[in-house]
Amino acid sequence: MKLHELTIHEAQSLMSKGEVSSVELTQATIDRILAVDNEVKAYLTLTPELALEQAREADARRERGEGASLLGVPLAVKDVICLEGVTTTCGSRILENFVPPYSATVVERMRHQGAVILGKTNTDEFAMGSSTENSGFFVTHNPWDLTRVPGGSSGGSAAAVAADECLGALGSDTGGSVRQPAAFCGVVGLKPTYGRVSRYGLVAFASSLDQIGPLTKDVTDAAVLLGAIAGHDQRDSTSVNAPLLDYTRSLVPDVRGVRVGVPGEYFIEGMQSEVETAVRRAIDKLANLGAEIVEVSLPHTEYALPVYYLVAPAEASANLARYDGVKYGYSYPDAADVWDAYRKTRQYGFGAEVKRRIMLGTYALSAGYYDAYYLKAQQVRTLIKQDFEVVFEGCDVIAAPTAPTVAFRIGEKSDDPLQMYLSDVFTLSMNLAGVCGLSMPCGFAGELPIGLQLMGPAFGEEMVLRVAYAYEQATDWQTRRPSLDSQHTPGAY
Amino acid sequence: MKLSLTEVEHIAELAKLGLTDEEKATFQEQLSAILAYADRLNQVDTSAIPPTPTVLPLRNVMREDAAKASLPTRDALANAPGTAEGCFRVKAILEWTD
Repeated sequence: MKLHELTIHEAQSLMSKGEVSSVELTQATIDRILAVDNEVKAYLTLTPELALEQAREADARRERGEGASLLGVPLAVKDVICLEGVTTTCGSRILENFVPPYSATVVERMRHQGAVILGKTNTDEFAMGSSTENSGFFVTHNPWDLTRVPGGSSGGSAAAVAADECLGALGSDTGGSVRQPAAFCGVVGLKPTYGRVSRYGLVAFASSLDQIGPLTKDVTDAAVLLGAIAGHDQRDSTSVNAPLLDYTRSLVPDVRGVRVGVPGEYFIEGMQSEVETAVRRAIDKLANLGAEIVEVSLPHTEYALPVYYLVAPAEASANLARYDGVKYGYSYPDAADVWDAYRKTRQYGFGAEVKRRIMLGTYALSAGYYDAYYLKAQQVRTLIKQDFEVVFEGCDVIAAPTAPTVAFRIGEKSDDPLQMYLSDVFTLSMNLAGVCGLSMPCGFAGELPIGLQLMGPAFGEEMVLRVAYAYEQATDWQTRRPSLDSQHTPGAY
Repeated sequence: MKLSLTEVEHIAELAKLGLTDEEKATFQEQLSAILAYADRLNQVDTSAIPPTPTVLPLRNVMREDAAKASLPTRDALANAPGTAEGCFRVKAILEWTD
């Protein structure tokens, strides 16, 4: 077994027995990155010296008899999450040289648990996108097929986990940006309940939707990583003072009597037939394991997309107003006056998708249109949230596909924004409702992974993890790994 | 419902986004298409439905008004494109006429 292929829990087990050190594990992972990242391009910034220093520190802590949930485990962090002293670009030229003076709460908590940080992963610019093609720097390639996207916006993190370039990673999910790339890359991705994980140090995209979540090789690791980062934070007034849980206690492979809701609205025309087949087979598997399958309805699902593409851009237009070249970031040097400086800084600093969403959001909030667009969207958002509340009175989790298709080819959807937005139809609702959701592999279409999505009620991560674990233990999708060595280097895109 | 070029320019100015003529034309098309798609929300009767600006019941989360350490000036200015006398330096906002 190659060290970089280990899961977090396997690594912890070997390290606690003294069979491998964090330095060996970290070095092996760094070697793996150097071997494959020229083709995968998951990382924007690598911090190998820092990582090895942290690994030595972890080994020393372990020597002293200390234990911690992530002690010595090499992990990656999406580049929208601040790491003090290391560039955090958010995938944008406007922050190309930005070095945060503080780390995000989730990073502090990871470090407190002894994690080793390998570097920052690629993302769609300011987390706006579903393919990582909107990164201002380069596209990340799906390790399962290098001509295809890894999904987005946490495509770098998902690809890094799938390619064993880290033992786990953090991503962020505003409309599906952890779950959809998890599905495209055949890994586990969890979006916690809104308020479960602190957003302090997460560069804001849409403040009422953003959540940081783990991307891991299996369900156990997701439980471990979630436990390490979750919890109330005084510095994030939208974080909830709910009891901190040991999510690994949910990992019981027993779903007898668990009610699994299957929503008709998530099996639609236009979705790829292999995806539907694989997800339905997974639901049958849950039934075989003793779960009770219940047909449910989330009637306002079809409105999630228009609601999201009004609410998220509106919030983004406000959050991105700070990028004006004054306190940090790119600043246009030869402006005629202060307004010209703002206009040109933002013109040259932002990419097309970001500009598009700022425009959309500004319009939806502007005088004369606020009621018709933004307010209306918020009202329909109430109905979407209520759909989930009603359904969860009659079932414990909801099972559905994560995405309507498998990973598409690089460049295939980048000409039509609306086509691109449609790849998130199955994930958007959970952000709008604030509930939790997880994606895990449930099959393949040829070489391309298919994701099963399990949704839970607000603060229902334990049930989601339990059902996910039971399914995982009864199958072996997570043992399959992409064969990077046998793929040709792709041509120029 | 198609946005006019004037409307596109107005929005860009609200957002202080400089746009090329090509971008204005492209956004005119794309934004119009997205907003047309969003019009389907009018199919939903929301006359008695309150808006959900945020999903949690938290409101006005406060802390005690006690001074705490905050970001040192040096760190706050570290990424600034222009600084002067311990402040962020910007172009003049007011014009002086004698």
